[in-house]
Formats: sequence, structure tokens, C-alpha cells
Amino acid sequence: MFRFRDRETAGRIVEGLRKMGLNLFLMHVCGTHQDTLVRYGLDRLLEPCGIKIRQGPGCPVCVTTQREIEEALALARRGKLVATFGDMVGVPGESGSLAGLRGEGADVRVVYSIRDAVGLAERTGKEVVFLAIGFETTAPSTAITLLRDPPPNFSVLCCHRYIPPAIRALLDMGETRVQGLIEPGHVSTVIGTRPYEEIAERYRIPQVVAGFEPLDLLMGVYLLAKMVQRGEVGVRNEYTRSVRPEGNVRALKAMGEVFEPVDVDWRGFPVIPGSGMALREEFEEHDARKRYEDELRELEGKEFRAHPSCRCDRVLRGLLDPPDCPLFGRVCTPRSPVGPCMVSSEGSCAIEYKYGRREPSGQPA
Amino acid sequence: MCLAIPGRVVEKRGELARVDFGDGTLREVDVSLVEVEVGQYVIVHAGFAIQVLDEEEARESLRLWQELLSQG
Repeated sequence: MFRFRDRETAGRIVEGLRKMGLNLFLMHVCGTHQDTLVRYGLDRLLEPCGIKIRQGPGCPVCVTTQREIEEALALARRGKLVATFGDMVGVPGESGSLAGLRGEGADVRVVYSIRDAVGLAERTGKEVVFLAIGFETTAPSTAITLLRDPPPNFSVLCCHRYIPPAIRALLDMGETRVQGLIEPGHVSTVIGTRPYEEIAERYRIPQVVAGFEPLDLLMGVYLLAKMVQRGEVGVRNEYTRSVRPEGNVRALKAMGEVFEPVDVDWRGFPVIPGSGMALREEFEEHDARKRYEDELRELEGKEFRAHPSCRCDRVLRGLLDPPDCPLFGRVCTPRSPVGPCMVSSEGSCAIEYKYGRREPSGQPA
Repeated sequence: MCLAIPGRVVEKRGELARVDFGDGTLREVDVSLVEVEVGQYVIVHAGFAIQVLDEEEARESLRLWQELLSQG
């Protein structure tokens, strides 16, 4: 709708950054930012300016745990129709993937929206389980659907997560010397900019909320670099056409009515307090974990492991570039992924494989 | 997953709208989370509009950036 891809402006921003003489390490937590960064070659434009940017835990498919995948697999094996977003079906759990089960005859459907999953419940009359993943961008659609009293044969395996607790966990762990955060534009469209103010205050870190066009991201980096240079702590908003300080109040209200925060683990992280969205008791009829308690009992107390050489955990904590994983591009490719970061179109590894130009490091396996 | 794309509302019926994403793609979108009128742009994620785009803010951003970049 507007000129957010203008080459000349991009050139001016990069020139401005180059003149600053920076040595910056920044993080973002959004697969769409990573896509913009690598697809348009911005990472390679920024590197000579002394700016390194890594994606943290900002990929809902990637941070979903082996246990959650095994829950979906268990329900699919027991004859439920499991519906979910495309990226999720290819993620390998310990005992296989949803795509693999579909090949064996299980009813696994890819949907674009939770609305399609409700439609399947209405049309087929089957027990439909929607594997609900996603951050605050996606969670309102689940909330509003449950508030509309969906059919009794429809339930949700809720794996939604809140982003701000993960950012706090990342900063608390202190493994990276991140100097500034690029906050996700669409999560922020829903939650607003206020949750980041608390983070700025507590961790004394500058943050910029940015959109997803190449100019949005470059401008976000420019604003952040200026803040770091001036020693400024706080939150600035580059994506004002979509992000309001208060967020989307209607969406937040729906989420508040349906979900309550619970402690959950994320792939690559220990349990993060208050980072999971659980369905409130009023919705237990549609809560797959309560409704199919018997079917899921076999998973109780079990430990699920990822591939021992998979480095998704370190990629998600912003400690590693994908080509530095020993499996990247050799054992692990989008056709035959070992970890979720290579499956999801929002995963660092899949993005690097698709658009990146760096060769895998080390000796060929 | 958080990929959301802008489109223009061309028709509205209660909670549903037809949204034009350009290149001839029209999709039915749930607009119950926003207050939108025909002709406005919305940001759509997984079949739901999550915000109405503020065109004035978009113009203002582009203007501010030019100003900022001129200052160096």
C-alpha cells in the first residue's frame, strides 16, 4: 500500500548505520523478521556495518516441545481427526510426525485457520482436535472461536505461548550479550507496546517494535542503533501503522476470558513461568487434555528426547547460526528435517537453507 | 506463524468480510476482533483480521524517516 521497499531509502539507512561505526549484537523473536532479514539479504548488508542479528525463540512451531507433539500423535493414533497449521505436521516427535501418521492412514488435516477446523467438526461429525500453536498473534482466533460455543465434537490441544515471559527468560539466562531487541510487530499488534516497557525498566535494554517490510526492519535497526549509541533505555515503535500502545483491546479481552497463564517449558529452555496459555475451567469440554485424559495417560511421566546432535535448542537461544550445526544441510534438510527449525518456514534453519548463502561449516560428514 | 498480510475490505457482512489481497486474491476473513469499514486495510492472520491499518500513520512514518535520515 505504501513504499516500504524503496531501495534509495534502504541505501540511506544502511549508509547511516555504516557511518556510526558499530559493533552491535541484536536479537529478534519472530520468524517473519528472520525471513525478511535473510530473504532480502539485509543480514549481509548489515554485517559490514558491524551489526549481527539473531533470531531467538520466535518460532511457535520450533519451540513446541516433543511432549506436545507426542500428545497430538497419540490422539491421531487413537482415531481423532487432528487439524493444525501446515508447518506443524512435518515436525518429528520422538515416535514420528503427523505427516508420517497420515501416510499410515491417520486423519491429519492441514488448515489455514481454526475456522476451517471447526468446519471439519461440523461437516464430518468426527472428534476433531485442533493442535493450537502460536503466540499472541494467533491465540485471539482460538479464544474467539471457543467463546462462540463450537460443536461438542471439537476440542483444542492448546500449545499457545506468551512472548514477553520468553524474552524475560532469555535475558535472565544471560547467555548472550544482546544489546537491543527488535520486538515482533504482529505479536505487538495484539499486546501493544506496554509489556516491553516493564522489560526495558527491569533489564535496562533498548527495544524497537518493527514491522516486516524490508524498510521496516532496517528502520527498526537504525532506531535501535541510535538508542544503543545514546545509552537510551526504553521502547520505540517503528510499526505505528499497526501497533498501538494498548494493542488490540478486543483480542486481549477474548484471550483473558479463555486462557490463564501456566508454567510451561519451551524447546531449548527450561520451564518459563507464566509463559503458557491453558484453557480456563469453563472451557474444559473443549480442552483436549481434559477430554482425552485417558488416551493421553500413556505419556505421563515419560521423557521425550530430540535427536542428540540437533542444535535447535542453541539456535532458539540465539547462541548459534544454523550453518554451525553439524547436521545443517547434510543430515538435516527441509526434505528430511531432524529438528523443527528446519521444518517451519519461520525457523532459522529453514530460512537459511532456502535463502542463505553461507556454506555449512566444518568438514563434510 | 505470525505471518500476517494486509488486504483491503471490499465487502462486509456481520463478522465476516471479503478481503482483497491484491493480485486478484479474495478471501473470507473474520473481522470480529476489529472495527472496520469497507475500503479500509486490515492485517490478516490465520483467517482473522487482527488490526485496521492506519494509513495516516503509514504516511507519517515514511515522512519521519526521511527527516531522521536527513539529520544523520
